[in-house]
Order: sequence, then C-alpha cells, then structure tokens
Amino acid sequence: MAKLSLEELRKLRDEKRYELDKRETENKDTEIIVGMGTCGIAAGAKEAMQAFIEELNDQGLSNVAVKQTGCMGLCYSEPTVEVHLPGMPDIIYGDVDPETAKKIVRKHIMGKTLVNDHIYDRPAADIVKKD
Amino acid sequence: MEFNHYILVCGGTGCESSKADDIYRNLLKECEAQGVKDSVQVVKTGCFGFCEQGPIVKILPEESFYVQVKPDDARELIAEHIVKGRQVERLLYDQEKTRRLTGIEDIQFYQKQLRVVLRNCGVINPENIDEYIAREGYAALEKAIFEMTPDEVVEELKTSGLRGRGGAGFPTWMKWKFTKQVQEEEKYIVCNADEGDPGAYMDRSTLEGDPHNVLEAMAIAGHTVGAKQGYIYIRAEYPLAINRLNKAIEQALDYGLLGENILGSDFSFNIELRLGAGAFVCGEETALLASVEGERGMPRPRPPFPAVKGLWNKPTVINNVETWANIPVILLRGANWFSNIGTDKSKGTKVFALTGKINNSGLVEVPMGTPLRDIINDIGGGIKDGKAFKAVQTGGPSGGVITSEFLDTPIDYEHLQELGSIMGSGGMIVMDEDDCMVDVAKFYLGFTVDESCGKCAPCRVGGRKLLNILERISKGQGSRQDLQKLKDIGEAMKRAALCGLGQTAPNPILSTMKYFEDEYLEHIDEQYCRAGKCKELVTYTINPENCIGCGICARRCPVNAISGEKRQPHEIDQALCIKCGECYNACKFDAVIVK
Repeated sequence: MAKLSLEELRKLRDEKRYELDKRETENKDTEIIVGMGTCGIAAGAKEAMQAFIEELNDQGLSNVAVKQTGCMGLCYSEPTVEVHLPGMPDIIYGDVDPETAKKIVRKHIMGKTLVNDHIYDRPAADIVKKD
Repeated sequence: MEFNHYILVCGGTGCESSKADDIYRNLLKECEAQGVKDSVQVVKTGCFGFCEQGPIVKILPEESFYVQVKPDDARELIAEHIVKGRQVERLLYDQEKTRRLTGIEDIQFYQKQLRVVLRNCGVINPENIDEYIAREGYAALEKAIFEMTPDEVVEELKTSGLRGRGGAGFPTWMKWKFTKQVQEEEKYIVCNADEGDPGAYMDRSTLEGDPHNVLEAMAIAGHTVGAKQGYIYIRAEYPLAINRLNKAIEQALDYGLLGENILGSDFSFNIELRLGAGAFVCGEETALLASVEGERGMPRPRPPFPAVKGLWNKPTVINNVETWANIPVILLRGANWFSNIGTDKSKGTKVFALTGKINNSGLVEVPMGTPLRDIINDIGGGIKDGKAFKAVQTGGPSGGVITSEFLDTPIDYEHLQELGSIMGSGGMIVMDEDDCMVDVAKFYLGFTVDESCGKCAPCRVGGRKLLNILERISKGQGSRQDLQKLKDIGEAMKRAALCGLGQTAPNPILSTMKYFEDEYLEHIDEQYCRAGKCKELVTYTINPENCIGCGICARRCPVNAISGEKRQPHEIDQALCIKCGECYNACKFDAVIVK
C-alpha cells in the first residue's frame, strides 16, 4: 500500500467507519428481527435475512440492526419478521420472501409506510414485553 | 456477501492463556463446516476487562455476552446462535447465580465504568489498522499536524488537566512545554511501558488491545515538541504486547502514518521498541533512559529533568502508556469534554487492575473521584467467599493500604496521598480477613529489596534493615523498639533515597503500621498472628471432640505428620508439621484448630 495523503486517509476512514458501524450496536435505533426457527428456516428465513442485509447495505443504512430470534409460534406464516422503528408501531410481517424484505426496507424503514399486504399483526403482549 | 453476525473473541493475555486462540480457530473452523463462513466475521479483539469470567466471546448484533467459553463450545455457538438464532443460555453470564444475562449493559461489572483509555479495547481488532482508523484513529494526529499549532496542542493539554498516570501525577502539559522550549536539534519521545508492580496489568492490556492509540499519541508529541524519534521501553515478558506493537508500527509505516513526511507534510517520525529485562527500577524514568542508552538501569539525580536533559542528554518527553492513551481522545473531543470528567484536580478516568480476594477480578476504568466502595462492591462484586473486607493496597509496592473506614473516599491523586497511599500506576489488590498485615508489608518490602539497584545507601541498606526487622516480628521475636526503628528508617528513606523506588519502599510498612498497629503489637507482645499467615507463630492441632477419624487430613498432609487409628481422633506431630494448612482446608468437621 502506498503512503497515504491526508485526503486518502480521510476517505479510507469514511469507508472503514461505514463497515465498522455495521458491527456496532450502540448507534442503532431500528431493529429487524427475523424468526429463525426450523419452520422459519424451512420457509426461507435465511434468504429473507440476507435480503434485508443486502438491501440495507445498498441503501446505505447503518442504523438498523438485523437480529434473529427463535420461532415466534406463527409457523404457518413464516418467515416472520418483526420491525421496531422509533415513531412507528411495532409490526410483525408474515410470509416475508426476499422481495418483500426489500419492500419492507424501502417502504417501512425509509418511507415510514407499512407494507400492508404482509402485516400479520401487532405482536401480542406475551411475545414482546413492553417497558 | 454481507456479514449478518460478528463474533468478537477476547485476545487479551488472560483469555489467551485460557485458550482463547483455540476458541478463535475453532469458531472459524465451525463457520466453515456449518456453511456460514461468508456471513459471519470472527474478530479477535483486545481485553474486555472482565478477566474473572474469561475467555469471553461476544456475538453481535444480539450483543450476547458469553463467558468462560471453552474451545469445544464453538460448535454449539455456531449451530445454535448463528444458524438457529437461539442464544446458548448456559454460557451467558450468571450474575449472582440467579439469572442469565445477555447484554453488557445489564452486567453490574460494567455499569459504573467509563471507558476512555480502553474505548477500543474489546471493540476492534488490534492487529488491523483499518479498524483503528474507522474509530477516528489518526484523526488527532491529522489535527495536530494540519489544524493546530504546537502551542495550541500544549494549551489544550493544559486545559484538559491531564496528569501523568505512571504514579506521581505530574501535569503532562508541563513536561511537553519544557521539552518544547529547549532549542535543540535532537529531541526524543519515550513511552514508559515498563509495568512492574505485582498484580498490575493496565498498560499491558492497553498496548495489547489498542496499540495504535499509543503510537498516534507519541507522533503527536513528536510534532508538538520537535522530535523525530520515539522509543517504547517495554519489558520482554510482554510478548503479546510486543508482537502487536511491532505489527502496528509496520502497518503505520506502510500507510505513511509513521516514517518520512507523514501524510505528505514535512513532519517525520519513527518509533522503535526497546526491550527491558524486567528490572522494576527501570520503571523509574531516569533508570529507564539509562537502560535505553544501553547502560545499566540505574537512576540518576534530578534535576536536570528528562524534559531538558534526557535520553543521550537531549530533551526528552517521557510519559506512561496510559497517559499516552489519553492524548488522541483529548485532541479529538476537546479539553473541556475531558476536564468535565473527574474531580477538581484529577481529571479524566483511571484504569485499575483489580485483583486479590475479589469476586470480579479484571481491568476496570472509572472516572477519577469514584469512591473505592463502588469499585469493590459494585464493579468488583464484593469479597470472595463472603469473607470480610480488610484493606485494599493501591500503588503496589510503592503505595499503602486503605481500610474499610475510608471506603467512601473518592479516588484521586490528592485523597490517596492523604491516606498515606498513592495512585501509582493502577494496581489494586484487595485483602480480606485471612491476610496478615505484617506479612503483606513483608511481601512488598521483600519485592523492593530484591529490585533495589543498590546505587544509593538509604535504599540498599535501609530496605534490608527494614526487612530484617519485619522478619523478626513475623517470627514473634520483635520488640516494641522495633516499631520505632521501622518508622525512623522508613522516614529517612523517604527523604534520602535517590529515586522513587527507595523513597516509596517504606510506604507499605508505614501505612500498615498506621492502620493496623494492633496487629503488629499482637505479633510482638503475644506472638500471635490472627490471620494465621506467619508460620512461626501458628500451631495446628486437632480437637479430639470434633475429629471423627476420617483420615482425610492424614492423606492430605505432605509430610506425613498426622497419625491415628481409623474412626479415632488423629494427632499432629509438631516436630514434623510444616504449617502448610492443608489439613485445615481439608477437614470437614472443623476439627483442625489454628492458633
């Protein structure tokens, strides 16, 4: 690697910061939680999760954490995905394929509108504990 | 493919010696075997600080904090957590043995800590300069070269109130200013990484976890005072730190962040390591400089101070590792931000290595002024095995004890000095009711007598005399006059010794005598050691009423001093007994009596 100039160092820092931000959890206010039980995996939860991560990356969103959880008990509508976004109600989406995943990122997270045809329900009280 | 999980494995010395490296390699292997290697990044980081519970593995984005992980757990971690999204409950931290906790923010050990010096430790891979750069690395150097004048940098340090973290607490900006003022072609920057206190590992962990932080700070000092060459004096017993520093220097040279014409400016700066052979006296700055020059590591009188006549008689800025590690963040976040942390005269944070009879041993960073009680009870989780707290030794062999009545004293330079101890570099050894204070003083003095370089008589002769008296007392052969002698010799050493080693060597004696005089008197008048540590004063006997004749003690005794028929009370042959205490520890019926 050639010696860096000031501009090159700054550019490198911006690039690397973006990469490292994905790892950090402190600055993330939004969560996408993918149900990764056996039922979810069989129905394509892994592909959905990868689609979320790729779409977030394409859109340059580094404030969203994509987490996984076990089976939520909604096995018939897997893959299920829960979205927590400040200022929006917590939503569970069902039957999320990679296409829907991308739609959720663009419409729900960026556009602040719900993806109506995939809403399963609000999470029941025994699924998500509210503070 | 983008990563969907990040696994951070602690790569500090503590965890490495509990096979963290095997865990790291097994995790990589399992990621490959279970087909997730493209979506999981496994990173080896610096110390997480929670050494008691190591090796530590943290998985993001869930922030699951796994403790006491074994190499064989790698398969389950990948199969359960990564593939199926289920936390491995049995490996989560079990606070107070009641509930398993997931995240770092729930763990009491971390709640009162503030990580400034250790901000990158346990977060980035110390062997990858890119991760340091991503966390604003080398931005402070940028600022110092292109946006600030050297005078402004010194002024900023002055406003910040940063004081030397090596022990004495001398204002850092003054050292820099003195060196800067001298008109001289050659000047030097030195990092004191000769950490030698028993039980201290702050500097080691800082260098292992975030080596670039120190390199950057030294380059900033070079630019500020007009030096082109820096040396890091580090003991050869720190192989991992040396290895990571060498890698870091190589990477920084490669990027042109060290070397000629840094970032295209006309500033050039190089850093080399100098390995010490492990002499405690070389932590004293003038002895350290002599050692770097290739001389025998012995102190010389000050003044002249190193800031004016240091390495090869040239002006030299010499600071401790932790002091260096504070510099970049002060320039980046501003002196005012820094001076808001801490107390009136002691600004910022302090890293402590918490060890001894405490539940959570580990590396701890707290704001200056935090009461000792918070560190011991909340962060440290209290005393091991429910025993009673007796004292805590700060400042290692140069410091003194702090007793329970002073637990609410805010920790800063002034308060510790008032109590007859010192801040020191940050070792903090907790003692309980089983520790004998005469024995503790004898231990530390034995250490400083061993490590005395012998150049000046007060330290060479005085130290030996003190130790002889203590040995006499611990054998029950001391007299009351001995106490006065200890005080007289101690005070003389404080005034007359050439360097910090000799001047502070009597501190452990003087402070234990001050707070635990009754224990000294018991040894002298009654030939009694209440903690049962001074072997000459202890006899082990068996109470025939309690002894059921199980024979466990006889089997444990290494010198076959215990005899007796089965199911009959046993006896200890005092002529053979070496007072190791094995029988006492082994007996389940409280039949062994220590007196």
